[in-house]
Amino acid sequence: MLLLDGLLVRLGTFRLSADLTVPTGARIAVMGPSGAGKSTLLNAIAGFVAPEAGRILWDGRDLTPLDPGDRPVSVIFQDQNLFPHLSVAVNVGLGLRPSARLTPEEKARVGTALERVGLAGLGDRRPSQLSGGQQSRVALARMLLQARPVVLLDEPFAALGPALKAEMLDLVADLAAETGATLLMISHEPEDAKRIATDVCVVDAGQVSAPVATEALFRDPPAALRRYLG
Amino acid sequence: MARRAQPLEPLHWVGVAAVAVILMLSLGTLAAVAMRAEGWGSLGVADWAAVRFTVVQALISAALSCLVAIPVARALARRQFLGRGVLVTLLGAPFILPVIVAVLGLLAVFGRNGWVSQGLDLIGLPPVNIYGLHGVVLAHVFFNLPLATRLILQGWLAIPAERFRLAATLGFQPGDIARVLERPMLRAVLPGAFAVIFLVCLTSFAVALTLGGGPRATTVELAIYQAFSFDFDLARAALLALVQVALTVAAALLAMRVAIPAALGAGLDRAVERWDAGALVLRVQDIALLTIVTLFLLVPIAAVIVAGLGALPGLPASVWQATGRSLTVALGSAGLTLALALPMALLIQRLRGRAGGVLAEGVGYLTIAASPLVMGVGLFILLFPLVNPSDLALPVTATVNAAMSLPFALRALIPALAEAEAAYGRLADSLRLRGMARLRLLIVPRLARALGFSAGLAAAFSMGDLGVIALFADSEGATLPLQLYRLMAAYRMEDAMGAALLLMGASIALFWLFDRGGRLNAAA
Repeated sequence: MLLLDGLLVRLGTFRLSADLTVPTGARIAVMGPSGAGKSTLLNAIAGFVAPEAGRILWDGRDLTPLDPGDRPVSVIFQDQNLFPHLSVAVNVGLGLRPSARLTPEEKARVGTALERVGLAGLGDRRPSQLSGGQQSRVALARMLLQARPVVLLDEPFAALGPALKAEMLDLVADLAAETGATLLMISHEPEDAKRIATDVCVVDAGQVSAPVATEALFRDPPAALRRYLG
Repeated sequence: MARRAQPLEPLHWVGVAAVAVILMLSLGTLAAVAMRAEGWGSLGVADWAAVRFTVVQALISAALSCLVAIPVARALARRQFLGRGVLVTLLGAPFILPVIVAVLGLLAVFGRNGWVSQGLDLIGLPPVNIYGLHGVVLAHVFFNLPLATRLILQGWLAIPAERFRLAATLGFQPGDIARVLERPMLRAVLPGAFAVIFLVCLTSFAVALTLGGGPRATTVELAIYQAFSFDFDLARAALLALVQVALTVAAALLAMRVAIPAALGAGLDRAVERWDAGALVLRVQDIALLTIVTLFLLVPIAAVIVAGLGALPGLPASVWQATGRSLTVALGSAGLTLALALPMALLIQRLRGRAGGVLAEGVGYLTIAASPLVMGVGLFILLFPLVNPSDLALPVTATVNAAMSLPFALRALIPALAEAEAAYGRLADSLRLRGMARLRLLIVPRLARALGFSAGLAAAFSMGDLGVIALFADSEGATLPLQLYRLMAAYRMEDAMGAALLLMGASIALFWLFDRGGRLNAAA
């Protein structure tokens, strides 16, 4: 269970506050207008931004003092998810060991993960030799090996076409189900949320709402969401 | 974005140690020197003459370089021709061309028995004399005209093409363009270019050693060397060293007030499309100028190549031994430059936006204003009680050279590191890439180009440097530039030409190998 306990982040004059609980295994779509604080929320959970007040807890453990790499959190960014100078296999292997020096058994697991996301045999390629969709799959394979209980998606599929994006979202949902991960993903499209999210958090004017079941939310959207959806 | 405060890692502490080493080499040696100096009263008439000469020659050299560079840069900016790229590259070459080689080339062209004098002799005129103020200025212009041209060319190319298009639709004549577009740019660029060249010429040693000398053409750096080597008057050398530092610090403070441009900016490979410069007289003017400048830069180098090729096979063994020593020094200096610069760049990146980062970066650029001869004298004073200084001639030379190359390395590494961290820092953080793993998997691959360039510059500079080594080396332990100078001093010009060709080849090869290696490793 992810608990944001009186969380307050201040960036210049911008303030973001959140006080909510995300149950383990939930898949949350974070929605709201641009500039409302969606990315800031994810950055705080990931550990890239230090909160001014409040705590972030996972299963009762306070994450606030931990470095990004030490948190039980894996992040997939909007872009720059792969090191372009390293092969696909090494990029994925970094999910197991930061030194990238893998045992034969770990190398086999990298191969299996690549197979799972549909990239069998492409381990020796450089990211630049892959299509955008394939690059996303590499990041997902790494996420699979990291097997951290919280997964944050900062719109990594925004540049993909609708069909490809839907395919990726389904893959994410499957992988999250396999590892039992709790998922928070930023989304601009109600369709994305309806496709894989169990719940939706609405971020508006620096305030994060508690998660509401997706179906119920879209049946009767709150004022902030209605304004956003237009 | 408010980043989380993180403790320094071991690599950052290496950076702190590097900062300490540079402080020791610059300020520590200066303190050692200051303790040996005995009051201002002991500066003689000749010493004040040296101070005057140093300032005057630097002023003239900087002014001439900038003045000539303006029309040359304008010609390069508005003309597109075959070989333009080669010419722009050639303008970067003096950075890695050993001073002593250029001096030898200039002697072959402008010397007493040079091509110009021989030509004058044919029509019954006396030969030109290259020694003295005008020789020193000639050599400084040879080195700094290309630098000034590149800096000013950057300014020209930084004027947006839209402005020239707008000027064309308004029917501007060349005079209008100069007034509205070009002069404001020159007012912004010229002070920086002038200051940099003035600073470079203030610390001139090898040029003054070979083309100056005598009471009327001695720089302070040369006077330090003479007080030290000929009279072994440590106190006077120390006093002169303090004068030299006062001069360079004053010039550096002045230079810092005007924006100092980056010396090796990229993107000079395009010409601005112009509609006002089509007149025949302007074309002829540009072509003539570019031809003269190209000849001025190329003919001395060609003279060394022509004269050196024949002498190469018969070079004495001492030259080959000196080459071996110089290669060792150059490689050691390149390694040391990176060993200092990379951890310092990491430290500066980590402390970005905090006072410590500004301080570390400031220390990194300190050696721009430092004088290698002062550093050498200081190290001599410090080491003399402990060891025989000539035993340490090569390591000391490599170390001082590395300190002098450091600002250029930092200039290349710091922005590259900032870029790599901005693009991939968060990904690396979230994957727990720290310490050596981060260095190996993120930083070295992303910085390969900048690292190769820095190492190449440091190696080429060290290979060709004639400075500190002259203070320390005995008759056995000369580097190639020093051996070359000794051949010149003994009037063995044929061997000197061969050695010069060897030295030039080695310097360029070192730069090319490292720079190329970095580029190849920077795949993807």
